[in-house]
Amino acid sequence: MIKIDVDMTKCQHYGQCVFEAPNVFKLNDDDKLEYTATADDSERANVEAAIDICPMQAIFIVD
Amino acid sequence: MTKPVVIVGASMGGLRAAESLRRFGYSGPIIAIGEEPYPPYNRPPLSKEVLAAEVSLEAVAFPQRPATADVDWRLSTRVIGANLAGSSVETDKGDVIEYSKLIIATGLRAKRQDYPNNLFVGRHVIRGLDDALALRAALKPGAKVVILGSGFIGCETAATARKLGADVTVVGPAELPILRPLGREFASEVKRRQEHAGTEFLMGRRVVDLIGDAVVEGVVLDDGTQLPCDVFIEAIGSHPNIEWLEGQDIDLSNGVVCSSNLNARKASEGYWPDVYAVGDVASFPNPIFDDIPRRVEHWNIPTECAKYVGARVAAELAIEAGAEAEIPTADFKPIPSFWSDQFDMHILAFGLLGLADESRLIEGDINDDFVFGYYRAGKMVGVAGIGMRSVVQGYRKAFEA
Repeated sequence: MIKIDVDMTKCQHYGQCVFEAPNVFKLNDDDKLEYTATADDSERANVEAAIDICPMQAIFIVD
Repeated sequence: MTKPVVIVGASMGGLRAAESLRRFGYSGPIIAIGEEPYPPYNRPPLSKEVLAAEVSLEAVAFPQRPATADVDWRLSTRVIGANLAGSSVETDKGDVIEYSKLIIATGLRAKRQDYPNNLFVGRHVIRGLDDALALRAALKPGAKVVILGSGFIGCETAATARKLGADVTVVGPAELPILRPLGREFASEVKRRQEHAGTEFLMGRRVVDLIGDAVVEGVVLDDGTQLPCDVFIEAIGSHPNIEWLEGQDIDLSNGVVCSSNLNARKASEGYWPDVYAVGDVASFPNPIFDDIPRRVEHWNIPTECAKYVGARVAAELAIEAGAEAEIPTADFKPIPSFWSDQFDMHILAFGLLGLADESRLIEGDINDDFVFGYYRAGKMVGVAGIGMRSVVQGYRKAFEA
């Protein structure tokens, strides 16, 4: 299990993470980011790709 | 001694290339050479947070990861030449460094125009951290700001300067701001909303000279108009950093022209199998669209290139070292992705809008939130919207065939 944290004071809802880890991140109908606080270990690589692509560098895996 | 992989350029593309090499199993030496004194940092906040508030290098620097802790970063170092036939590069510190593989990640610099009265004080560009810090100090409430260039950067900077309380005039040679790639209807709407928020546009005009003795006090337009200003910002595009490769047998007709697997093309014939390019400097064909190499200055491109090249280079070096590895054969076909924030306009886009011969409203209301589709010969090549980001994202599937 991995724990995911997004700094919502930094997040600007650009949605770049959504394509890297669609099981974890999504934009809701109000264009705001929603994410699951935990994910299976198999999602780690995707979440790491989301961390890399985040324009605001707002995503973290809490180990 | 094992020759290192040499990465020229220590910005996001260079960093991601180093990380990708490690992720795909390369454990040999990596030297990354960067001209700026700073470790790799994140540029999007530069036109936003850095201009709007106190931000330090620490706040924008990318986190250092354990896997790349042993990368030899040579900062404040400029590569002044290359010998591709001899597999080496030369730095301004007098070092000649031989490489096993060369990854070109030198990116772009802001273009500047030459004027008869070519002043530099009171004149700004926006590309690096130093540029943003200098501009921030100058953008005071009530300051008169003239921005030359009405593309994305010019319009975003106009919005930021307005929010800081400056008087802003944008001068652009085109008929509408961001006309290419957004198209007439979308661009008109951007202009209307910018004007509503107080930005003034002088379109179809050029700046031909600067006014002032030592400091810019105004600009002269091509119709003779004189515009007084405290701050003059040039946002007229960018120029690939390729001069260090001149004289080599390499195709520099548009940045570093590459094959579909990001190998640098020779000027004569064929490719350099040990030389790759990533990011804004790389011109590459994208099979999603066609086989014409293009430079793509969009957010996700450096990271996508770096991932692809890192995997290839790691596999090639493993094979050269006698190990078993498979060189990835999948096409490199990233879907370009970018956004732009201007006041309360949140533009999100995918694809290559500039290729389109037709654009039309496909969702929403032009006076509110909306989405435009961009088509070439009837086939979607891009999608962009104001707001409706989740809807825009849905259209990304059109490129994933």
